[in-house]
Amino acid sequence: MSQQLKRREFIKISGAGVGGMMAGSGLLQAVDFSNPQTDSEELIERKGTERTATYCEMCFWKCAGWVYKKDGKPWKIVGHAEDPNSNGRFCPRGTGGIGAYTDKDRLKTPLIRVQKNGKQVFRKATWDEAFEYIARKMNIIKEEHGPDCIALFTHGSGGSYFKNLLRGFGSNNVAAPSYAQCRGPREEAYMLTYGEVVGSPERTDMQNSKCIVLLGSHLGENMHNGQVQEFVEAVAGGASVITVDPRFSTAASKSKYWLPIKPATDLALLLAWIHVIIYEELYDKEYVEQYTYGFEQLKASVKHNTPEWAYPITTIKPHLIRETAREMARYAPATLVHPGRHVTWYGDDTQRVRANAILNALLGSWGRRGGFYAPAKAKVKKPQIPDYPEFKRSWRDAFPGKYPLANLAISSGICDATIPTPERDCSFKGWIVYGTNLPLTLPQPEKTYEAIQNLDLLVAVDIMPSEITGWADVVLPECTYLERYDDLRISQGRVPTVALRAPAFKPKYDSKPAYWMDRELSKKLNLQHYFPHETMESYLNERLKSIGSSLEELQQIGVKRLDNLYSLYYLNGEDYTFATASGKIELYSTLLAEAGYDPIPKYKAHEEPPEGYYRLVYGRAPMHTFGRTINNPHLHDLKSENEVWINRKVAELWGIRDGEYIILENQDGKQSNRIKVKVTERIRHDTVYMVHGFGHTDKRMRRAYNKGADDNALISKVHVDPIMGGTGMRGNFVTFKREAA
Amino acid sequence: MARYAMAIDTKRCVGCTDCVVACQTENNVPVGYCRDWIVEETTGTYPELHMEIRSERCNHCEDAPCVRSCPTSASHYADGGIVLVDHDECIGCKACITSCPYDARFVHPEGYVDKCTFCIHRVKEGKDPACVSVCPTHAMIFGDLEDENSEISEALKTRKHKTLIPEAGTVPHVYYLL
Repeated sequence: MSQQLKRREFIKISGAGVGGMMAGSGLLQAVDFSNPQTDSEELIERKGTERTATYCEMCFWKCAGWVYKKDGKPWKIVGHAEDPNSNGRFCPRGTGGIGAYTDKDRLKTPLIRVQKNGKQVFRKATWDEAFEYIARKMNIIKEEHGPDCIALFTHGSGGSYFKNLLRGFGSNNVAAPSYAQCRGPREEAYMLTYGEVVGSPERTDMQNSKCIVLLGSHLGENMHNGQVQEFVEAVAGGASVITVDPRFSTAASKSKYWLPIKPATDLALLLAWIHVIIYEELYDKEYVEQYTYGFEQLKASVKHNTPEWAYPITTIKPHLIRETAREMARYAPATLVHPGRHVTWYGDDTQRVRANAILNALLGSWGRRGGFYAPAKAKVKKPQIPDYPEFKRSWRDAFPGKYPLANLAISSGICDATIPTPERDCSFKGWIVYGTNLPLTLPQPEKTYEAIQNLDLLVAVDIMPSEITGWADVVLPECTYLERYDDLRISQGRVPTVALRAPAFKPKYDSKPAYWMDRELSKKLNLQHYFPHETMESYLNERLKSIGSSLEELQQIGVKRLDNLYSLYYLNGEDYTFATASGKIELYSTLLAEAGYDPIPKYKAHEEPPEGYYRLVYGRAPMHTFGRTINNPHLHDLKSENEVWINRKVAELWGIRDGEYIILENQDGKQSNRIKVKVTERIRHDTVYMVHGFGHTDKRMRRAYNKGADDNALISKVHVDPIMGGTGMRGNFVTFKREAA
Repeated sequence: MARYAMAIDTKRCVGCTDCVVACQTENNVPVGYCRDWIVEETTGTYPELHMEIRSERCNHCEDAPCVRSCPTSASHYADGGIVLVDHDECIGCKACITSCPYDARFVHPEGYVDKCTFCIHRVKEGKDPACVSVCPTHAMIFGDLEDENSEISEALKTRKHKTLIPEAGTVPHVYYLL
């Protein structure tokens, strides 16, 4: 990193050197975390209630539940019996949610970056000072570059208020890493094929599936609660599961077939399955005839994709490819080829998921029992706010002509477009980062750091001193979901529901809810008309009135179930016009053809690991959500570090023992933190695996600090999906190094 | 007289550890300790593999070595055959810890020996133990073996099952459905 790039120094919130600064400074108060201002646990008493309604923020599934107290102390959180996302049963993260509240390492007060004795440090600030600072910088950027040179990165409930603020300010540059770093390719592929997205929670009818096909989806390790519950119900009911994974995952252990595919070749397997289903005439002829477009082109296109063709590519034996294809057809349409969730793997991800969508169409599972149902969603009017100003530029202008079929902003693209180039008339100058730890989230972290050096303003809103907060100019400490109201949870599902989040405890320290932050900030920016409600209570009450309910009712019942007026299964011969160019399910995509891409997916070989290197794949553990929960006392207790999984024979070849610590080095010489080895039979010889989210570098997260390795630090090569800008992150290869003595 | 027992369905268990956290919060088990835990046991060689996932805890044995070895009678059988430790009677000598074939006991930071109680405080109120009540995949069944119509009796009648280390002769009352 050049000297220039060091302009913005990483501040470890406090730590070495703080004592000296405190002694030397009368004006600036250095941040002292050893004496938290208050650490009392104040419960919000409500007459006659022992429990408070909430919906979980430990992950994006947002299960509804109840927070209990005992003897005036926080006690436990349990699922809400009427909630379809959890069916009354939380996952370990939800159950351990109390730890988010009790964690003593939380951010405690607003912080502002200042220069002190040649060193950059944070000083404690009042909320008013913090808002003044942000508003002043935002106005300068607006004047010099335009309001749209400020972008928001967001993940989580409170992001919606920042979005409202930013749009009111004149920028529509709102990006969520959940798109280009996660499920974007899936949504675009299904959009291109069916004119509708899969959405979240997934509209998969797994509880009624007779056959489930998982491609890299490690259900049970990803603890997407309701979905894992349905998967297990299906397994217990005898469903035939086909799991395609280079690793013997938990799901693989519950499967009839485990196909340990060579990574990066899934599309070849999908095409071979499509070939068998078409050429053995196993497809749903009536469904295909009535609802699909481009069957003949598809048939011609996959003619050569025989199981024998796929064998040397995938290493899956031809007879197994045939057998599993017939198994799918046998149970169709109650066969679900799961669309996946985190699908940004190899850069041709939209095409791979297109093949998945096409396979489901041939099996006739879309819109049918045991396949995909029509999701219902409650319609609850939002209180009126004035129109936003016209946006002069959009995020698309940051990368002209690229990613034509992206429907949402690309976070990695906005990050790239923050680094100035002579061609670009507006590089981003300000970032507001809400609830997403970009250095551990966007691949190629060096690029993120370079972008950060070019910012005039970086605001980080978080609960924990995650890495991104160390780079911010202003840090705003948000209170946890257990200490605040938020907007209603209105998720899709079989039944429309509305769930309330009410505060069970008063905010600890000087932390505040995001709604309050945005409303206060809006006053400094003369945008208060976008936040007409002084409190969330009054906002929620007005919103709930529109469905004949009230805040009081929701406080009592937690979850309100409404009637679903439509049927879940709608393609059993009924007339239906799809929102695609042809009005049909597009096996052949007219949009892709027009944009110059393969209208029918074609397999292209990916780069393979060089001698002595192994493909790095990563995944989830059931007790953690990305890097966000590692410091939670309960969840850290369950899993405090990740391991690198190495095939037993490979480990023997290298003389690596189970339980020892090694360093991983990727093809570009990037090294990981030390990581424990898990020698196992449960993985292919050409692949290594680790759980994402570990290897934190910020000392203020005392439990998480320096435990395990960060896979993201090894993802220096990215294969970008030309269709929608997704960042393929599984094209990195690692070798093993001993720790320095 | 009831005879309480638990059955863990290894087909349903995904090893998510929710049972572990739920026990910690329900029973105020200090962070760093646990009364139940997850074991993943893999057999075979790549690619012919089998994996069994189990939620494990005190087996509430019929013939419990911990009860026999306890010099102060702190470890005792309570109603329904639940094995408990009376914290006030416990002198922390660890004889029970040594005698337990399942490594189910630990010394609580407050000095007494602690372990799973089958959430007897909940069972008395007619509720399932916390671990059973939260399990997202419904992988656990708790009930009375004396009641032949109970869910657990039904499961043990109809499903293949096993106990852990039966050769220790302790007659454990946590069953694993295979």
